[in-house]
Amino acid sequence: MIETQEHLRKEFDAYVAADKKIEPKDWMPDAYRKTLIRQISQHAHSEIVGMLPEGKWITRAPSLQRKAILLAKVQDEAGHGLYLYSAAETLGVDRADLVADLLSGKAKYSSIFNYPSLTWADIGAIGWLVDGAAIMNQVPLCRCSYGPYARAMTRVCKEESFHQRQGYSIMMQLMKGTDAQKEMAQDALNRWWWPALMMFGPSDSESMHSSQNMKWNIKRFSNDELRQRMVDMTVPQAECIGLKMPDPDLKWNEDKGGHDFGEIDWTEFYDVIAGNGICNKERLEDRNKAHDDGEWVRDAAVAYSEKRNANT
Amino acid sequence: MHALLRLGDDALVLAQRLGEWCGHAPALEEDIALTNIALDLIGQTQSYLSLAGSLDPDAPKTDDELAFLRSENEFKNLLLVEQTNGHFGDTIARQFLFDQYALLRAKHVAQQTYDLDAAAIATKAVKEIRYHAAHSSKWIIRLGDGTSESHSRIQKSINDLWAYTGEMFTADDVDIAGSIAGLLPDLSALKTQWDIEIDSVLAEAKLVRPQDGAMKTGGRMGIHTEALGTMLAEMQILPRTHPGASW
Ligand SMILES: [Fe+2]
Ligand SMILES: [Fe+2]
Ligand SMILES: [Fe+2]
Repeated sequence: MIETQEHLRKEFDAYVAADKKIEPKDWMPDAYRKTLIRQISQHAHSEIVGMLPEGKWITRAPSLQRKAILLAKVQDEAGHGLYLYSAAETLGVDRADLVADLLSGKAKYSSIFNYPSLTWADIGAIGWLVDGAAIMNQVPLCRCSYGPYARAMTRVCKEESFHQRQGYSIMMQLMKGTDAQKEMAQDALNRWWWPALMMFGPSDSESMHSSQNMKWNIKRFSNDELRQRMVDMTVPQAECIGLKMPDPDLKWNEDKGGHDFGEIDWTEFYDVIAGNGICNKERLEDRNKAHDDGEWVRDAAVAYSEKRNANT
Repeated sequence: MHALLRLGDDALVLAQRLGEWCGHAPALEEDIALTNIALDLIGQTQSYLSLAGSLDPDAPKTDDELAFLRSENEFKNLLLVEQTNGHFGDTIARQFLFDQYALLRAKHVAQQTYDLDAAAIATKAVKEIRYHAAHSSKWIIRLGDGTSESHSRIQKSINDLWAYTGEMFTADDVDIAGSIAGLLPDLSALKTQWDIEIDSVLAEAKLVRPQDGAMKTGGRMGIHTEALGTMLAEMQILPRTHPGASW
């Protein structure tokens, strides 16, 4: 028995090392399954909680076109949540249980959504930087070893890149506008820049999950590599529309062919993860209220379909 | 122009209400459905208000100017669509009563030849509203024939909103002129068809059709319920605070 397990394991490792895809019915190590369930469900939760800060601005979007774009974006995020929950379900868990873990506070979601969206420019900054960082993190996942996750990510990434462009377009329009609009844009960049960089996780020396995940082809680049790419991509975009990066230590380093940048405030990072962010409590309460308020509706749908099934 | 404003305002005000749901629906699938409906309605708003604005005899206006810079008494939407969301059943009941009316109206506008621009907008809208009506009817039936709690809740939602249904069929000068020109449907004929649709869904849902009592009207004349002012204050805040700015 132990030998069979050992054999399966070797086969699995070789298969993954050859960059082949694992499918739901294939044998996989328990730790691999657990890691994927954790990662995919956290990602799904992030999509759902992420609807809240932006959803707040749908009613205040300043033009009909912007309102339509924002509605479409938030709708996409709900769709991402759905595909990701489905991908997680292929690993033998139930969406309802995953959601219960989110609502009880047991499961995590991306800390970025515990920051408040205070002005219209935040909708620009979120699209540009938060969706931008999400793409950096997620494009490599389109080649991840678990088939259903890789396929979900391919679909998600296409839409995220629209979001990123739309966010940047909001910022660009503001920077072409009145002084008040420019200030609004700069202020949003100042508040979102560091949290966006924190989205790549702790630095490589601190990261717990990295090396095993690299071996399993769940992760392809280190947190610091991805963060560096984000900085190098964003700096010229900011310059191009006249925004100033809120980092006095930021400068081009010819030797490394990239930017040097300031140290992230890791105390803040761990603080928000620990639940002390400005909106942690509000976001969870919001989700819980929606869930509780909707219970009678979900019960009715179940009761109705049971009656139908009984009749046929 | 007045007729087109009504079509645009009904769509805009209802879309704005649906947008308030975002992220708070009873299930993820409903978050998607409600935003999808809102999105269709915003598209219809843009088309109808752009067309209405281009026909303004004083000075042409854009859809955004009409949406964001008119005051409450210049909005000509039905009182029904501005009613607050309440719970999911209230939102569905409002949607159901409106969808059935909007579908019949859009079908007429799509077929008339008095205003071909409006006909083109309505042709697209008919496809969208068909889906909205199917969605709201399906929920009326599920909730009506679901649990005893959902049955009594949705019955109450319909009862509460019923007083706003009369306005859809009360013809004023704009409706009469529009109907004579051919652009707008004859509202009494529309009512007969609406009754048939509503009655058949309510019957399947095991719900009782409320008695027609005193009906609340005024929206078409710009006299609204208190709910609209608060909604517009929120919706219009950015264009009002930054006059002339582009977004
Ligand atoms: Fe997303
Ligand atoms: Fe995402
Ligand atoms: Fe996104």
